[in-house]
Amino acid sequence: MKKISRRKLLTGGSLAAAVPMVHALVPHRGVHDALGAEPGHAATGHAHPRSFHVGAVGSVDPRVNGFDPHAILRDFDRGTVRREGGRTVREWEIVAEDKEIEVAPGVKYAAWTYNGRVPGPTLRATEGELLRIRFVNGSEHPHTMHFHGIHTAEHDGVPGIGPGDIQPGGSTVYEFEAEPFGIHLYHCHSTPLADHIAKGLYGMFIVDPAEGRPEADELVLVQNGFDTNFDRSNEIYAVNTVAFAYMERPIRVKRDELVRIYLLNILEFDLVNSFHIHANFFNRFPTGTSREPTELTDTIVQGQGQRDILELRFPYTGKYMFHAHVSEFAELGWMGFFEVVD
Amino acid sequence: MEPTATTAAPGVRRMPAWLAGLLPLGVLAVAIVAFVLLDAPGLERSGVPVEDVAVERTELHPGEIELQLRNVGPDTVTIAQAIVNDAFVPFETDDPELGRLEASTVDIPFPWIEGEAYEVALLTATGGAIAAPIEVAAETPGADVGFYGLMALIGLYVGIIPVAIGMLWLPWIRRIDPRWIRFLLALTVGLLAFLGIDALLEGTEIAATGAEAFGGAGLVWLGALVAYLALAGIDSGMRARERRARAAGAGGFTLALLVAVGIGLHNLGEGLAIGSAYAVGSLALGASLIVGFALHNTTEGLAIVAPVAERAPPLRRLALLGLVAGAPAIVGAWIGASAFNAGLAAFLFGLGAGAIAQVVVQIAPSLRDTAGRLFNPLAVGGLLTGLALMYATGLLISV
Repeated sequence: MKKISRRKLLTGGSLAAAVPMVHALVPHRGVHDALGAEPGHAATGHAHPRSFHVGAVGSVDPRVNGFDPHAILRDFDRGTVRREGGRTVREWEIVAEDKEIEVAPGVKYAAWTYNGRVPGPTLRATEGELLRIRFVNGSEHPHTMHFHGIHTAEHDGVPGIGPGDIQPGGSTVYEFEAEPFGIHLYHCHSTPLADHIAKGLYGMFIVDPAEGRPEADELVLVQNGFDTNFDRSNEIYAVNTVAFAYMERPIRVKRDELVRIYLLNILEFDLVNSFHIHANFFNRFPTGTSREPTELTDTIVQGQGQRDILELRFPYTGKYMFHAHVSEFAELGWMGFFEVVD
Repeated sequence: MEPTATTAAPGVRRMPAWLAGLLPLGVLAVAIVAFVLLDAPGLERSGVPVEDVAVERTELHPGEIELQLRNVGPDTVTIAQAIVNDAFVPFETDDPELGRLEASTVDIPFPWIEGEAYEVALLTATGGAIAAPIEVAAETPGADVGFYGLMALIGLYVGIIPVAIGMLWLPWIRRIDPRWIRFLLALTVGLLAFLGIDALLEGTEIAATGAEAFGGAGLVWLGALVAYLALAGIDSGMRARERRARAAGAGGFTLALLVAVGIGLHNLGEGLAIGSAYAVGSLALGASLIVGFALHNTTEGLAIVAPVAERAPPLRRLALLGLVAGAPAIVGAWIGASAFNAGLAAFLFGLGAGAIAQVVVQIAPSLRDTAGRLFNPLAVGGLLTGLALMYATGLLISV
């Protein structure tokens, strides 16, 4: 047993981790009762006079960040389209940029961004198209863009292959065919990898099937987190970057309308993330590569980089929570409301 | 005539004394201004702000956690969010922005549960985390009359009563061989040495939990030096008075008083620890611990009466000695309960250690045998016995 001196024992509040153990070992109930010294034991019990809700204090002004989680929800960047030799070519320009953003009310984070936002723009194409992404590095650090999908090594966006790391001020063009259909992601692949991703260099990349999907209210939810004090674990968790953003202002959806959620987990420093919806169930399409759902459920778990399409309808009006079922993530920012209206 | 007046050359007006005194300051000011104007390196701090906020006190009230903060870093810190057990929680503060050395209070309404541990943290505007862990949640006692009465009672049990019991050895000491007095004095030195080392270690440890800006562990040594010098001054003054009163005074009472003062300062630190532990609600004291303390401190009474064995002072004086040694435990408990601060605690432990060092220096000559040897077998035996005794009784209150 760890030796602790008498004063250390006495000043346990600030010093001794072993105090609870000692407290339990030494029979002393009589002392407490006789002295009445710790009224909590006898008097206060577990009465809590104040009501208590988890949540951040204050709110984040989207004008300061230059992006709004509510806008990110339904903001699909389809690029510019042109025809080249009978083929549809879709083009984007993405600029890496160092930018301080507010990730929870009052908490600033020195982020690395694609096009000044975290997550980066949700790129959307249709299978079979030729995609051309011009990447400009306006950051002070070397970066790349690595796309999930099927393409040549030359355009994989990893250091040492093809154009490799793009130095500050430099640029390159990634070109490949949109395949397979589904919900993918892109992120920086420079090393150290965890840092380049955790600082905000990621975004969603959707390839629609040629024949399209049924009409729906489509929502982008990117599960992310922020290690604000560089201890390799996140202090803040969110969907679409700002903690509790959809608690403060719920996501409005229509009753009985089909809602399609594009869900991506890009969390660093934690092995899994999860998604749970209250008072409802959804169809799950893993990676969106199949047109048949694999399950009907209300909770799913995603590893790092994993993504799913979730489809559901809300039969009743009202406010319904959705959040990570990892309670820690939920209470550190990853929770929100759907507000179902007629 | 002043000799310097003649050295002034005729016709040269002498500089006034006040100007001569200010001249170096003026030169220094010019040098600093020049340094700044020349844009000397290292003047402008750059990079991420250094955030260092000390949690000076944590209070628990029903449904509420209250943190008292002090910014001890060089940069202004803004408190942005509060986290308890990995959950953002609401909080209120009188001033979220803390300048250097500024203090602030953060109130967190939280349904804490008696006896459980909590990880409390504050997030700053830059995303830094200020940790304020709570090892065992218990309500912070209200500082009312009853509470101070309780502190006095504990101080009495831990401080005064054991010392008084130890002093009951006086009649026995008076009857034993004078050579054994020397042994007992050596034993006293051993006891004191143990307490002194203990105080230094504890002070350093407590200082580490507090604000470095106020001196950290340096406060312990500063306290020790202050106590040593003050007591040495008081001692020489008292001796002078005693010499005037009695030409051949052995100074037994003076020595006993010094021992009592040293022990008293030590007990002050001990009381402080008890009071602060109560204040943060983490006092893990069982009855067995109070008994252990009492036994441990009983030996202090023996240390006080050993120097006065030859000429026993009147009861009134003995009572005074007992109070000087024991009562500070009560005062310490009050201070600790109402205004605990790691820096203050470190300084008080330092005071105790310095006082003890001074007393040891005072007693040391009395350990010499007839041949003038300091480390004679009897003295060394006493020293070791004293250390062993303290160590052994210390085990009673250590786990």
